[in-house]
Formats: sequence, C-alpha cells, structure tokens
Amino acid sequence: MHASLIREEPPVITGLGVLAPTGLDVGEHWESVLGGKSRIAPITLFDPSPYPVRLAGEVSGFFARDLVPGRLIPQTDRYTHLALAGSEAALNDAHLDPASMPEFEMAVVTASSSGGTEFGQHEMERLYTNGPSWVGAYQSIAWFYAATTGQVSIRHGMRGPCGVFCSEQAGALDALGQARRLVAEGSKVVLSGGTDASLCPYGLVAQLATGQLSTVDDPQRAYVPFDVDASGYLPGEGGAMMVVESAASAAARDVPHYGSLLGYAAGFDPPPGSGRPPALAGTIRRVLKQARLEPSEVDVVFADAAGVPALDLAEARAITEVFGPRGVPVTAPKTLTGRLYAGGAALDVATALLSMSAGVVPHTVGPATLRPGCDIDLVMDDSRETRPSTALVLARGHGGFTAALVLGKGNRRFPS
Amino acid sequence: MTRRAVITGIGVVAPGHTGREAFWELLTAGRTATRAISLFDASRFRSRVAAECSFDAAAEGLSPQEIRRMDRAAQFAVVASREALADSGLDLSSADPSAIGVSIGSAVGCTMGLEQEYAVLSDGGREWLVDHEYGVPQLYGYMVPSTLAVEVAWVVGAEGPVSLISTGCTSGLDAVGHGAKLIEEGSAEFVLAGATDAPLSPITSACFDAIRATTSNNDDPEHASRPFDADRDGFVLGEGSAVMVLEELEAARARGARIYGEIAGFASRSNAFHMTGLKPDGREMAEAIRVALDRAQRDPSTVDYINAHGSGTKQNDRHETAAFKRSLGERAYEVPVSSIKSMIGHSLGAIGSLEVAACAMALRHQVVPPTANLSTPDPECDLDYVPVVAREHRMDTILSVGSGFGGFQSALVLSRL
Repeated sequence: MHASLIREEPPVITGLGVLAPTGLDVGEHWESVLGGKSRIAPITLFDPSPYPVRLAGEVSGFFARDLVPGRLIPQTDRYTHLALAGSEAALNDAHLDPASMPEFEMAVVTASSSGGTEFGQHEMERLYTNGPSWVGAYQSIAWFYAATTGQVSIRHGMRGPCGVFCSEQAGALDALGQARRLVAEGSKVVLSGGTDASLCPYGLVAQLATGQLSTVDDPQRAYVPFDVDASGYLPGEGGAMMVVESAASAAARDVPHYGSLLGYAAGFDPPPGSGRPPALAGTIRRVLKQARLEPSEVDVVFADAAGVPALDLAEARAITEVFGPRGVPVTAPKTLTGRLYAGGAALDVATALLSMSAGVVPHTVGPATLRPGCDIDLVMDDSRETRPSTALVLARGHGGFTAALVLGKGNRRFPS
Repeated sequence: MTRRAVITGIGVVAPGHTGREAFWELLTAGRTATRAISLFDASRFRSRVAAECSFDAAAEGLSPQEIRRMDRAAQFAVVASREALADSGLDLSSADPSAIGVSIGSAVGCTMGLEQEYAVLSDGGREWLVDHEYGVPQLYGYMVPSTLAVEVAWVVGAEGPVSLISTGCTSGLDAVGHGAKLIEEGSAEFVLAGATDAPLSPITSACFDAIRATTSNNDDPEHASRPFDADRDGFVLGEGSAVMVLEELEAARARGARIYGEIAGFASRSNAFHMTGLKPDGREMAEAIRVALDRAQRDPSTVDYINAHGSGTKQNDRHETAAFKRSLGERAYEVPVSSIKSMIGHSLGAIGSLEVAACAMALRHQVVPPTANLSTPDPECDLDYVPVVAREHRMDTILSVGSGFGGFQSALVLSRL
C-alpha cells in the first residue's frame, strides 16, 4: 500500500524564523523556553474587559514598520506581517539568497487558521457603518487565507507550487507534510510554517464560542494542560516560518541544518457520537512506520496539550497506548505562549529542532499535578539534558484534525 | 506498482438547479444562470449581477440542526458529497475509516455566516468591542474554513487525511490535485475531493467592487459573463460546490465501478508578480501546464479540449490565451477551448472543482460545453473558444486550468481510460 511513498533522503530544515510571544528571533525564543518565562499576560491589543477571557500571549515588541516593507503594511493583516518578517529571518538564517535558486523550484506552503481576522473586522465595520464604497481595495487580498503564501511568494520570487492548509492548530504540520511531498517531487526549497494573529474583538469572541478557552484569571494557572486543574487554553499570536530544503541542495550549498523531516501522517477523529476512538494513536503509529522508527527510538514528544480535560486525557491515552505508561518524555512549551492556531505547530516544530540542536528537552511551565489517567512522563519543573536525536510533534485542530511529524537531529550546533 | 487516481462519482450544487445532471444539461444547452442578485440588497453596489444556486437545504435532505449549524458553503459541500457517494455506488460503511480521506478547497470559507454574525454582534457595525453575549455556538466554525472539510469528513466517516486547501481561485483545482496525490502515495484508498464557496454576501461583493474585478453590466445580467468576448468587463460572482469520489484505478476496476476518467497529472506554479495582476505572457501558467502534461506522460498534441479559467476579465483571458500558445504551440490553435464561467459565473475557490466535474462529464458524453455570450471576437483572443453552442467532439485527454489571486496558476490533466 505504501509502495510509492517517499524513498529519497528526507528534506532538512536549514533556516528558522520565529516571531512569537516568547521572542522576536530564534535566540530570544529559546532563552524564554529554557528559562520557562511565560508570556501569558493581560491583552493589550484591544480592551478585553467586556469578555470572560482577558489573558493571551501577544508578540509584544513586534512593530511591522521595523520588519516589513512599508508598502506591504497597509496591504496586509498582522498575521501576514508576522509571516513576512518570519520568512525573511528564516531565509537569512539559512544563508539562502532566493535570487540564486531556480525560480520554479522554490515553493511556499503555509498554514492559515482564520486569515486576516482583524483586517476583516475593520473592513466589515466600514461596510456596515458607511457603505460598500468604503471597503478598501486591499480587503480582497488581506483577509483571505492565501494572503501570506501569495505575499511571501511575490516578495522572494518563489514561482514553484504554492499551497495553503487550513486545519486550525494542525495546519502547520499539514503544511510541512506538503513541503515534504514537494521536495520529493523536485522542489529544492519550500518556505513553510504558519502564523496567526486573531487577537481582535471579533477573533476572541469567535474563539469563546468553542467553550474551550480558560476563564481562569491567574496567568500562571489559566493554561495548565494535563493538570488536575486544567480549565481550557488561552489564545496567542505569532508562529514560525522555516526553510525546508532538499538534502542535496543543502549539501550543495554547504550549509548545516537543524534537522530532517523523517515522517508525516494525518488522521481525523470519527464523527461525534460514533463511539469510536480518536485518530491520534493510529496517526502516531503511521508516522513512526513511515519514519521507520520503533516507539523506543523516539526521544521526546511535543504534545498538542489542549488543556481541555477530555482532550488531555485522549492525548495522554494515545501516547501511552503507543509508548507505554511514562514511556517517553513529553513536553509542551506552548504553555508559555498560549495556542497559536496556524502558528502553533510551526512554533512547536521550531522548538523541537532547537531542542535537538541544543541537546536539551525544555520543560512545561504550569502543570503541577497530573490528572489521574494522564499516565505520561510530562517534563515539569526543569529541562532535561538528554541529547534527544528524534522528536515527535503532535497537533490537533478544531473539529478532529490530527497530525504528527517526526524530526531527526541535524548537524547544526545551537546556540552557535 | 504505480497507483493511479480515478473519478468514480460526482456530486454538484451549481447555479441553476441542484444536481450533476441538471448542471450538465445547463452547460450543454448553453444557458446562463447569471441574474440580478437576490440573496441580499445589492442596490448600493457597483456590480449587481451573480450566478446564484436555487438551493433549498431542507428539500436536499439536510436536517434542521444541520441547516442551523452549517454555513451555506458547508451545506453545498455536504449535499454534493452525498450525491457523489451515491453516484459512485460505493458502500464505505465497511471500509477501513483510516483509508478514507477528504480534500476540500475553498477561497473564502464561511464568509456568509461570518458576516451575518458580525452584523449582529457589532450591532450593525456600531461596536468595535463586539458583544459575545450574542455569539452563536457555531461562530468559531464560521471563523475557521476548515469546518467545511470537517462536515464532509462526517458525511463519509473519514478518519484518514482530511484537508481544507485555500489558495484563492485555484483552491478547487488544487484540492482535487491533492486528493489524487493522497491516492497515488497510498495515504488513502478513497478520497472525497472537491471544493465549495458561497461568497454572495455584501463584504465579498464590496471587495471586488473596490478593485473593479466584477462586471458592471447590470442592465443585462443574463449576458454579463462574457469570457473571451471583446466586450467583457469583469467576472460575474457565482457560488456552488462539486465533490468527486476518487479511488485507486485497480480497486475501482475490481469492484466494477463506472469510471469517468483518470486524474493523470496535476501541477501548480506561481507568478510571484502581483496579488491580483497578471503579466500578459502567461509564462507561469504555461509552466504549470507543461509540468502537468509531463506528469501525465502526455504530449501537447494529445490535448483534445481545454477547460479554460476564462473569468471574463480583460487581463485574464489575454493571459491564458498566451499561456495556451506558449505551452501547447500549434496545438493551441487546433483544440477547442471553453469557459463554463460564461454560464455559471465565477464561484472563486469552488469553480475549479465544478470545472473538473464538467470535464469528467465532457469525457463521458464526448461533448464540449460552449462559451456562452461570445459574439464579438477579441483580436487578442484568437483561439477556438466554442462560442454559444456545445459541440460533439472526440476526447481522450482534457486540460483544465485555473488562475487566482496570490498569483497562483494550476493545471490538471484528465484522461479517459
């Protein structure tokens, strides 16, 4: 059945660009993660006082005018600003000049969860208060889900296959899975990842409708996945972009890499009320098979860590089912940032790559007492210097999306 | 052994009457479904023409709760999925759920629901701090377009890879191409692939008004969509969905399925030029066509019909005419080219799936749908665009192309077995 699956050398990640609550670059992000510095704080991007959720992870200190070409700022939403800045950082980090590469062999694949949410709210406000002729010309290119991919492709002259995957928090793993396919089909470089910026009133109110956001008002206790007191999650913004490159291209350019994409698999939860188990355990088994790894060969799992009790239990059970009780270290540094939707799994992948490059498994800040039934080895209290060489990243998106990615350690030393 | 993806079932919700056969009847009769907008009061808009679906969700079998939960785009996709499944003759209840995948495209997701709820929560735009007390339970489902793929996954009980692909106006073609890839690589045995969009709401109309992309031919809505005609003045917004059942060729043959055709090749490229503008040379679309044909192992001379993007904007029709000449050479002048957008408008991300469905029907019936309203030739568009009247034509290999905001260009090759 898997006869035609990719057999070539797996693609590698040669550059990272992080714009997250934890930092405006890779170094700052890693320092925050290792130091366990939570960036969960009261929302400042708008007045959250009318709402039951007032905490989030903002990318504070990010000013588009410093990092995004001026012309593009009014044409795009903040989610695209973050991605444009992240893309440029990733290309610099990879020492890659797009002008030196064949234009049709550079692709762009990003995740988008809800598009240019704040931009859209502004334009709808103009429409409803003033009328159709007040809606600006850029609404047509800023609001939609493909805005980032299109702008990144144009900015860097990347004329290969472009894609946009929308599967909420799982989106960036799906985008990286597609990047892996595109490299197997002949692309040399795929700029991939995801960002999100839905911290505007309409964005937050839409998220409230899920009933899964935490209304606890203590920043240290609001988002504590796998904990007995888990009460939901908090939203955040930002994400990561990365340069995925064919192993041959990276070797030809003589650049080191953070790690390789050893496997990707996706599944989907059965319809509500079916009585069937969620897709996660099966998806993990499939991705390990694809990466040709035994469960015992996985050194760390970066969990989805929803913080919603039922989802935490389901994830812990799936991990235990494959790896055994406390069979593998599990961590979730995303408690420092909140869930970043399209940017969430991208940032997890970046963190996992840095973790392997630095030889350290970062800890999860927040959870203190595991919920009964969550029989996992959650790395709490302190990081572990275990020199991981393979990492499994898990992500689940609203509605049942389930994705898993296996990464192998690269040859790039970090911090350099 | 190489795995090949074939289409064994088609479901359609298109402007005019619902269903695959009604769709094909409309196309081959050369009738247009473009009319004055009735879904909202368009009197203050520059473009007041659209191709609307005459769609009654309850009559199409959706339950009251499904109707309440789903945005119009989701309703279209679910109805199309059920028709496609019935058409395929498959009983998926005994299949391994993890072998069932979904690949749905959409350019603007659940815009209609998102805008209607915004109007309420903001009290008609008055409140920036929108009132969460008025939020409906499905509001987040409108915020994330992925909901459209979730609803289709639930129709078929899919537990394999499920994707919502949103690449603007190439979303439909890209989603079908991705669905075929899932079959070929062995990630799924069955895939529901297609797209859906229901963009006929004030915010979307205002968007396109602002950039003058849509027609202002409000006095003659039935003839307002005029691809390749010298008098074209922009596209006509449409809505709808097509979903197809994709299977692996040998498995489909083994169960005696009726096969419409094989998705023999797919490729996409980007112009990296402008979010909405096109260079007249068609270079990147030509490259997508070249690669798609190469993957299908077909020479340009084997192409028997081109289903064009043919949106009816000045720049698009010129751009793609150049792309056909650039990629197919002399063959571009010999092969019939047509745009069904002349009849059903441009339903953004959905249209690519409707066009693949039309190509599959064309392959089965050996009839080329026409380009309606093409009465005044444009010297810059000098190919055979099958004006006004459908044509019986022998076809083994069909090329369908799409072009969209973001600079995306896609090409798909469908072939008869």
